[in-house]
Amino acid sequence: MILPALIGVLLLGGFVAWFSGRLHPGAPHWLAVITLAVEAILLIVPCSAAKQADGLSSAWFSDVYMPWIPRFGIGFHLAMDGLSLLLITLTVLLGFMAISSSWTEIKHRQGFFFFNLLACLAGTVGVFLALDLFLFFFFWELMIIPMYFLISIWGHENRVYAGMKFFIFTQVSSLLMLLAIVALALIYHRNTGIYSFDYFDLIDMTLRPDTAFWLMLGFFIAFTVKLPALPFHTWLPDAHTQAPTGGSVILAGVMLKTGAYGLLRFVTPLFPDAAHQFAPVAMTLGAISVLYGAVMAFAQSDLKRLIAYTSISHMGFILLGIFSWNLLALQGSVITMLAHGISASALFMIAGALQERLHSREMGTMGGLWPLLPKLSAVTLLFALASLGLPGLGNFIGEFLVLQGAFGVDNVLTSVASLVLILSPVYALGMMQKAFYGPRSQHYSLADFSRREWLSLGLLVLTTAWLGLSPQGVLNVSAPAMQSAIAMVR
Amino acid sequence: MNSNQLVALAPLITVTATAIVIMIAIAVRRNFMLSCAIGAGGIIISLFVLAATWQESPVQATFLLRLDKYALFYIALILAAGLAVLGFCYDYFTKRRGENEELPLLLLTALLGASVLAGSSHFASFFLGLEILSISLFVLIGYPLNQARAQEAAIKYLILSGVSSAFLLMGMALIYAQCGELYFNAIGGYINSRQDMNPMVLSGTLLIVIGLGFKLSLVPFHLWTPDVYEGAPAPVSAFIATVSKGAVFVLLLRFFIGTDSYSYTPLLNVFSVVAVLSILGGNLLALLQNNVKRLLAYSSISHMGYLLVALIAGRGISSVWVVESFGFYLPAYFIMTIGAFGVVSVLSTPEEEADDLSFYRGLFWRRPWLAAVFTLMLLSLAGIPLTAGFIAKFYIFTNAADGRLWGLLSAVIAGSGLGLYYYLRVIVVMSTNVDAGAVKPVQQWISTALLTALTVLLIWLGVYPSLLVNAVQSLS
Repeated sequence: MILPALIGVLLLGGFVAWFSGRLHPGAPHWLAVITLAVEAILLIVPCSAAKQADGLSSAWFSDVYMPWIPRFGIGFHLAMDGLSLLLITLTVLLGFMAISSSWTEIKHRQGFFFFNLLACLAGTVGVFLALDLFLFFFFWELMIIPMYFLISIWGHENRVYAGMKFFIFTQVSSLLMLLAIVALALIYHRNTGIYSFDYFDLIDMTLRPDTAFWLMLGFFIAFTVKLPALPFHTWLPDAHTQAPTGGSVILAGVMLKTGAYGLLRFVTPLFPDAAHQFAPVAMTLGAISVLYGAVMAFAQSDLKRLIAYTSISHMGFILLGIFSWNLLALQGSVITMLAHGISASALFMIAGALQERLHSREMGTMGGLWPLLPKLSAVTLLFALASLGLPGLGNFIGEFLVLQGAFGVDNVLTSVASLVLILSPVYALGMMQKAFYGPRSQHYSLADFSRREWLSLGLLVLTTAWLGLSPQGVLNVSAPAMQSAIAMVR
Repeated sequence: MNSNQLVALAPLITVTATAIVIMIAIAVRRNFMLSCAIGAGGIIISLFVLAATWQESPVQATFLLRLDKYALFYIALILAAGLAVLGFCYDYFTKRRGENEELPLLLLTALLGASVLAGSSHFASFFLGLEILSISLFVLIGYPLNQARAQEAAIKYLILSGVSSAFLLMGMALIYAQCGELYFNAIGGYINSRQDMNPMVLSGTLLIVIGLGFKLSLVPFHLWTPDVYEGAPAPVSAFIATVSKGAVFVLLLRFFIGTDSYSYTPLLNVFSVVAVLSILGGNLLALLQNNVKRLLAYSSISHMGYLLVALIAGRGISSVWVVESFGFYLPAYFIMTIGAFGVVSVLSTPEEEADDLSFYRGLFWRRPWLAAVFTLMLLSLAGIPLTAGFIAKFYIFTNAADGRLWGLLSAVIAGSGLGLYYYLRVIVVMSTNVDAGAVKPVQQWISTALLTALTVLLIWLGVYPSLLVNAVQSLS
């Protein structure tokens, strides 16, 4: 019962935090922290189970099934493998970060804020665990509403527009996915006479090539909107910029990974031939996103918007890796997911910290901040270097593995994508130069990192360094899952 | 007519008897609470009687009415909806001066008409039920006397309803002239026995569709909808949006299956065009609205379009599925619409109706529970998971995908995307930051209890729909 508890604890904690907001304005913060701590303790159980999973047959080490709507063959089916475990661990870690960065930023309706935050996390954990396609869709949609509230109530100046754009983009693409899911289940019914939405039943189906292509496209569009990849990325810069810091951390760190997870878990295993045929297009989109994100990032003057575009760039790598479909590339995608989650969240937290102090996100008004905020600037430099792929930090391992895995599949695209190794230092170091070095544009007296901020960002620094220097532990956890995915397709 | 048929008709007889009792009570002593109480009691007794007659069904009570499980299910739904509307009406009208005691009476006669429609299997009861319902609605819409809006709405509804009834009668006459039959199944037999499509029957059916299209507010027969919904008092708008439309749709499905109209491909093509127009038109027109009641009116137009898609899908899939989709969609639609209009009704004061969007500004902070209920109802209308509206939309998707209606499905998806925009706009306005008002609103216990019950039902059906799904599976 651990798996439903993982979702239920977050939801329950959210409700408790909401109601506690009436009693005392500071209560929701602590209740949220306690909820996530309980969740982290609960995660220890699957972690130890993961150590025993070895190889293909037991890639799934935890499984829960309850019938839900038997009329349609829909069941409440949750399961965890190495990939879900890693992503849920990332979710919990970034949940802590989101709470920490919202500690002083949210000044009104804190109870409702933390409810939305925890509900969003609950939905995301559900997405990572669901193995019944209807249930997956259910949780997929469930992530969106709390995030929409986070953006449109506590966001910045253009929040209504950004929230609406985010919601409508995601919702319309999800409806296409729902159509594909329903069609898939109906074809299964036509073949076998039973209704089922279960992952393991639908995987073995053989489909006609054109049907498979359209269905795969439905899923693909939904996931590339979430990822995001060109040309469905336009919601991201607005949503990330206008969201409050905690919202940006969750959005960039965790919710984008649900798109990547969906591609890994559903698109290729369910439609192997169609995905194989479509792979050149997908990889091209990935490579273009990588370069486009980097170029656009350099052009930004708004700090958060810059970081948003770097997210597009990094997620392009993941798209490239997933559709290469070999072990190296897939492992690279997983590491990039984790490393990008950490570095993007850290950068957003820093941007939020700067916005709290300076009340502005414009890099033009910043300048010469290093002497004023040495600790903050040092951490920013570290994560800027992580973002550009400096060896020794997590992002490098991911990018390296993806490029290596993709090179065997399509060396032209890989060479094009690796041009980003030139472009990313441009935006990363450009950002450092504009904001932290150079002459001071205004006189300030600013407070450097508080203990809470130091603690949370320090944790992220340690994690990304660990990921960069010793990633084998993580790779061992995800290896069985990736190997079994590859075997399933063959 | 033997005793078996009389027993089967007992729910309808009880409703009529209650109406008469209210009439007598009004003559004896004018008291709004008394009339409402008698009305509510009558409806509850009818529901019990209905539960008792469930085992006896199906019973063909004369040629006019067929009270099978399908009819009884929908009569129960109609009566429950009427009860909810009566509750909202009580809170809404107690604050208003004037002689309101006829309201429960008219509601009961309208419920009678709707129930007759739900059980109808013959053109005569079709027309009778429709007219009883419409005439009751004429007065219900214009109920707050001396208000220009309501009078205008009532007259619009009166005239257009009269015209559509004329179309309906002409259509029925044409079909009768050709077949010599007024009983649905007999008409179906006649159509099946002929090879070619008879033009008179086809035009008759088309005229009937036009008449029904008005009642269902499908595009292009929808022009009365926003004006009437805006002018009528909020609980009455809820009644029109749910019971009136629901009963007609139930009849339409029975008519379709009984007369085997699925073999008429041109008719289904016409329906497809109407469905697409309703979905897109309803959603597009709502985008510009600042009046919540008009917004809900347009959204109900688009919802009827979605339901029509399920009806059309019956061409390719078995009609069991269509009946099941209707059986889920209509209760879900009733819950969400009555809930949404109920919120409007609670917020309305005798001075002004809560229809402008500015009424809802900052509602989350002023009256959080009410805003939460409204948000859930709106999200359900938009089809977001966790709500009954999502499962209903899922049924439509499944039916249409099974029937391979890809064009209609893309219209549904486009419509849903458009719909999101205006539903979200209302939610955004409700969450605008406003300092919590110091004035404590008047407590309306019945409405609050009703809204809570509706919300619980909404979420329950959204999270665990199996109970209703199992219930409707046995209907066909």
